[in-house]
Amino acid sequence: MRFVKVQTFDQWRTEARRLLLSGVPPEQVAWMADEEQLSLFDSNGDVELPETQAAFTVPKAFLELAKIVACHRVATRWSLLYRTLWRLMHGQRHLLQITTDEDVDALMTMRKAVTRDVHKMKAFVRFRKVIDSDGRDVYVAWHRPDHRIIRLAAPFFSRRFNGMHWSILTPDESVSWDQTSLQYGPGVPVSDAPDDDALEELWKTYYASIFNPARVKVDTMKREMPVRHWPTLPETSLIADLLHTAPERVAAMVAQNEGFAETAMHYMPERIDLESLRAAVLGCQACDLHQHATQPVFGEGPPDARIVLVGEQPGDREDLDGRPFVGPAGNLLDDALRQAGIRRSDVYLTNVVKHFKFTEPTTSRGKRRLHQKPNAREVFACRPWLEAELSLIQPVAILCLGATPSQALFGRDFQVSKHRGEIRATDWCDRTMATWHPAAILRMPDQRRRTEMQQQLVADLTRIHHAHPPT
Amino acid sequence: MDVRDKLAILADAAKYDASCASSGSKSTRAGSKIGSTEGMGICHSYTPDGRCISLLKILLTNYCIYDCQYCVNRISSDTPRARFSVDEVVSLTIEFYKRNYIEGLFLSSGIIQTSDYTMEQLISVAKKLRTDEHYGGYIHLKTIPNASQALIQEAGLWADRLSVNIELPTEGDLQKLAPEKKKPQIVDAMQGIRQKIDETKDDQSAGLHPPNFAPAGQSTQMIVGATDTPDVEILRTASQLYDGQNLRRVYYSAYSPIPHADARLPGQSPPLVREHRLYQADWLMRFYGFDASEIVAEADQNLSLDIDPKLAWALANRHFFPVDINCASREELLRIPGIGARSVKRILGIRRHKHLRSEDLKKLRVAWNRAKYFVLTADHNPELANLDKADLRKRAQPQPKQLMLFDTRQSALTGEV
Repeated sequence: MRFVKVQTFDQWRTEARRLLLSGVPPEQVAWMADEEQLSLFDSNGDVELPETQAAFTVPKAFLELAKIVACHRVATRWSLLYRTLWRLMHGQRHLLQITTDEDVDALMTMRKAVTRDVHKMKAFVRFRKVIDSDGRDVYVAWHRPDHRIIRLAAPFFSRRFNGMHWSILTPDESVSWDQTSLQYGPGVPVSDAPDDDALEELWKTYYASIFNPARVKVDTMKREMPVRHWPTLPETSLIADLLHTAPERVAAMVAQNEGFAETAMHYMPERIDLESLRAAVLGCQACDLHQHATQPVFGEGPPDARIVLVGEQPGDREDLDGRPFVGPAGNLLDDALRQAGIRRSDVYLTNVVKHFKFTEPTTSRGKRRLHQKPNAREVFACRPWLEAELSLIQPVAILCLGATPSQALFGRDFQVSKHRGEIRATDWCDRTMATWHPAAILRMPDQRRRTEMQQQLVADLTRIHHAHPPT
Repeated sequence: MDVRDKLAILADAAKYDASCASSGSKSTRAGSKIGSTEGMGICHSYTPDGRCISLLKILLTNYCIYDCQYCVNRISSDTPRARFSVDEVVSLTIEFYKRNYIEGLFLSSGIIQTSDYTMEQLISVAKKLRTDEHYGGYIHLKTIPNASQALIQEAGLWADRLSVNIELPTEGDLQKLAPEKKKPQIVDAMQGIRQKIDETKDDQSAGLHPPNFAPAGQSTQMIVGATDTPDVEILRTASQLYDGQNLRRVYYSAYSPIPHADARLPGQSPPLVREHRLYQADWLMRFYGFDASEIVAEADQNLSLDIDPKLAWALANRHFFPVDINCASREELLRIPGIGARSVKRILGIRRHKHLRSEDLKKLRVAWNRAKYFVLTADHNPELANLDKADLRKRAQPQPKQLMLFDTRQSALTGEV
């Protein structure tokens, strides 16, 4: 029996080569674990094995495997490697491919353990920033790997954190990077590592916020992030608390869950024509506006109109009368239509939102109903009515009055001030244009600007009036 | 509001984004001082929901002018809002990265002002990281719907991966729930990215050195369960995206993040199991040679929730079996329930040197309790007698308890079936 003591892969390689060349079978070699002392019966010197350069080739895959397995802590690794080498060189050249073989299976399992450990080191090293005596930022981490892998993992850190000064300390060995080369040193106890970094509070905030309390899978977490690594991972101090409060957070999520908004689709009549729609809209409760408005105000005009004008929503007068554009803004629009040479009875007038939205502040003259802009929820809920009107009429041109109808038809980031008067294609009509809302003109305090906007409204109406269907 | 408060809101708002991958960029950008990408992604931590933390996944802002019904950040929701400055995101990314907390940044945003303005903000985060900080780590930018093609192209210069969300499986679903997003626009954006990626690759193989363009490719995300579109439609859409746009990944995200019981599967959460089944089916299309149309065996056009899609296919196509483990082709081996792509590779290696018996398959750690009904081995396999029996489904079906262990995020990662 030969006793051989090796500590590193290179030593094993040298010894294994000599033994193999001397024809020493694996059962005659006792590979000593690193910590063991050579015993009194050490017979290593009995026979001088030849220092030979004689060449034999080992499959490259085996060498790569052996380098990794050598980092495993288990004492039997050297003998297992030598036995496998022996078998490879004695008629079983393809041994490594037969992963069902007991030795190969054991090697593969060890390799998996080591590569997993390297991977976990890459994942779980947590640097803490300290200032060194030269005033430089240095990043220091303390990590406890399962195997002796620091030399396998260090090159990765030097590539990734190339522009930093850093050290990784482990109980067996430590390594530092000075932006040029890796220096290895002795192991370091955890008490020598820095114990805090102000940034960890932010990291913990992130960890707590990205956690979804509705899916608790503690086993998966522990399998992937083994508990033995928790002491060096700052975020793990939150886990108990996160799990404890998860049920109440889920209850809050359920309570706040808004679900899908209801829309007017729910209230559509079976037959889709303008008269049925006008009757059906009376029962619409898709949003809350119906609660305070007098009545819904549906569109008005010939079902085969060439032009559709779309406003935002009915105003105070419209709400009382049940017809669109009959208040002060309607008067202004009537003037503009006349100037553009359009008969009001030839166009179809409607609004994106069918109910009046208002606030009712008490003023010196008593209560007054003040127009309020509809919000996205209300526009979304009401939209199917407008879409039904447009798909029935199929106008040659659509003119949107103001921002609300323009954004409903052109998209949410459409700006009337930038793109007023441009004719564009939309899903509903190849000639869709946006212009000022008459109410916006009425509210304009600057007289000169008001006149200008009024002229622009007339000009836009005129252009739309002369728009021709594509031939 | 300080950075910590913003981080709490904007990480919370991003947590329903399914994508977590940080892989795919094979080499680190030239000139980088901090950060590397070497092909494989790393999970740096795990939260108690079993999901990995690989990237700093945040929104630039959760203010949004859109009103997409399935989204927590829609304008009409009363969720708390916040907005990061560009510099705040740059600094958070770098400081987290230097401490080895993360692999990189996943940045998305609600839409503020206009699509183009928002996209410009995202680009300037990525550009600053690359040029001012010499950052070489991973960046995934989510493109903003309706942003101009020129901006998307610029984003690709700085990002490793770009994604354009398809959002919902069909055009009709989009009209219903996100009328402001249009399928043609979404597909055009993907097409533009694809072309640019192809051009860059062509230039590279011609020996030129074109600037980087999204070296980790593009991905997308689809919300499932928000409409009643069946799985077969979802898989068809995914298959078109894989073939037509050369996507690296399609992520499926259950509409409801909240598990609730359902009569079909007592004590379990159908949205999450469905998500898991879709990932398995997705894997079958990409790595197992299955076609979208043959995966769904059920009459209602949805995947079975109680058994995995490969087993379901095998049960519906028993004439295909038994498959002889020692002489079947790779394609045939891949169709055996319980045997994954990795095991198939090993089987092909081993059988050149010896005949495989059932104990060998067990040693390879295939799911023998499923595979055993479908394979011929060198020894006698008595379980084959059950292949044509009526109760095979019941025998091969895993115990309901095991289903509880399914982790959909894990299946997003591996999808092994």
